[in-house]
Amino acid sequence: MITEAESHPLAKYLRKGAQPHTHCAGCGNGIVAQSFLRAVDQAGIPMNRIVCVAGIGCSGWIPSPFFDVDTLHVTHGRPIAFATGVKLANPELEVVVFTGDGDCSAIGGNHLIHAARRNIGVKVICVNNMIYGMTGGEVAPTTPRGIRTTTTPFGNLERPFDLSKLVIAAGGTYVARWTTYHVAGVVAAMKEALTRKGFSFLEVMSQCPVHYGRRIGITDPVEMMRWFQKQSITLEKAREMSEQELSGKFVIGKFIDIDVPELSQLYAEQFKVASRESN
Amino acid sequence: MQGNEACALGAVAAGCRFFAFYPITPAGEIAEKMSQLLPKARGVYIQMEDEIAAIGSVIGASWAGLKAMTATSGPGFSLMQENIGYAVMTETPCVIVDVQRAGPSTGIVSAPMQGDVVQARHGSHGEYAIIALAPSSAQDMLSMTIRAFNLSEQYRTPVIVLADETVAHMREEVVIPEEESLRIVSRKIPSSQEEAARAFLSPSVAPMPVFGRGFSAHVTGSSHDEYGKREASAPEAIDKIVRTISEKIESHTAEISETEEVLLDDARVALVAYGSCVRTAEYVVKRAREKGIHVGLLRLKGLWPFPSRAVSEALASIRQVIVLENNLGQLLPEIERAAPAGTETTFLPPETIATLHRPDYVLQHVVEAANK
Repeated sequence: MITEAESHPLAKYLRKGAQPHTHCAGCGNGIVAQSFLRAVDQAGIPMNRIVCVAGIGCSGWIPSPFFDVDTLHVTHGRPIAFATGVKLANPELEVVVFTGDGDCSAIGGNHLIHAARRNIGVKVICVNNMIYGMTGGEVAPTTPRGIRTTTTPFGNLERPFDLSKLVIAAGGTYVARWTTYHVAGVVAAMKEALTRKGFSFLEVMSQCPVHYGRRIGITDPVEMMRWFQKQSITLEKAREMSEQELSGKFVIGKFIDIDVPELSQLYAEQFKVASRESN
Repeated sequence: MQGNEACALGAVAAGCRFFAFYPITPAGEIAEKMSQLLPKARGVYIQMEDEIAAIGSVIGASWAGLKAMTATSGPGFSLMQENIGYAVMTETPCVIVDVQRAGPSTGIVSAPMQGDVVQARHGSHGEYAIIALAPSSAQDMLSMTIRAFNLSEQYRTPVIVLADETVAHMREEVVIPEEESLRIVSRKIPSSQEEAARAFLSPSVAPMPVFGRGFSAHVTGSSHDEYGKREASAPEAIDKIVRTISEKIESHTAEISETEEVLLDDARVALVAYGSCVRTAEYVVKRAREKGIHVGLLRLKGLWPFPSRAVSEALASIRQVIVLENNLGQLLPEIERAAPAGTETTFLPPETIATLHRPDYVLQHVVEAANK
């Protein structure tokens, strides 16, 4: 008998025996997962050239263990550091990090900004649900002010990170933000990231109806995606809006895409110089 | 040649082609030398943003197929502990050189201490076994670094070279072995998809399905089965992991953790030492023998897994044991446990911790022990 999962056109990219998946009903991870496999399919990248490095948190469970690729599911906050080693050790590999907002901007913030600065050819997909989902809905560095979470029962006092801006400021050469509502944008950005050389950062605003939606009074996943649609402002439109007008909105689009030499290629060039100098 | 420089030479000779580092004293010269040597060998030297990233990138590089190493000292070694546990859990070969300095905390950056001995064994959370070697000379820094790579590749485990400030900064004659004479061990790679599938938890060490060869390896620090499949809730799974990754090392203690006996055959008094303390001990044995005292030395070249049986056998006919450590007795409980019944064990740190043992001071204790 052929199951539904096996008959899906992207099923060939899934690890045998890894189903069923472990995401909550209505989680945005499924959309991110399918978007990625579509992008891989469209870009025509063979799976044996892809390495997925997963952090700790719900986002890490997108590739691990479900994608049929080499997968390194590492310690909390560190996937970009591990991925840097993988890429430099074998630059032929397409190294993709799946991380969350807590994983890459709180505990792993240092690795994120340094990877952007180095322009190491690692592609980072950050699933930003504005909360710590896996551990029980604690406040994150991306949680907007005033939101009541399990650990901010009287409202969050801190200002949230704008992750895309952070990566641009750190020297990121490709930065884009979309939401799970904007699937076409997500797939296109993933495809672009997969087919360019330098460090690439894609922030996907994603719904966590269980822990975040509940806090803002939207428990229905589809409603949350409609909320994303309503709150999203294209980059072009955002340029004409004030900071105040943009408060609470999600600016979507491609923020930056510039050509800067990628680190592992610079290493390859330096190897030639070093071996000449030693002769 | 300096001990740290010898360490770098040993690493490259062993096949190390990836070295990640975060600046720290007294390990700096290892990085300087690696940054000179590696690019010429088409190897990667990278300075990461902290020690956590250094060991993380080392583990990543190892899975991508390179022999990889990092070097640090106490504060950085503390930061690395979580990822060292990850390397243990995922059976990742790599080498960590910890040039011990005086602590706790920032302590004194260029004073010798053997303060990280227990941390090397138990520093990461959870239950596991690990390999740690203790060099006593610049020559050891070279040969033990090679050996550390060989053991890590053979057993698919992180190996710690537990150096200290004295052996790292000491300059002395080092014989660089001919390349052909070196025994170099490299990890086994699966020869088929079937072999690659069972990539973990073999008591005889499974071949490593390194990335980029179509093995679809699944590597996770979560509890898993021998296929790498996450098994995050069954106690039986973690029970198997804990026992297997410990047993694959502990069952080879005799081969891994070498000891060296110096003039123990007719000795009544034995010094037991490792690391830089061995140097004082060797000198004291010579001086005491000149005085006609029957004293010998048991040198521990590998600390973990602790060579209990070898220590027990070496001390079989000894009446007085003097343990030299530059700390408050971190390995002492292991030595006391291994010492045969009837031997009396005395612990002798230097008069001032974080200095070397004064030979006269040790000799005085040897004389007293001989007269007991």
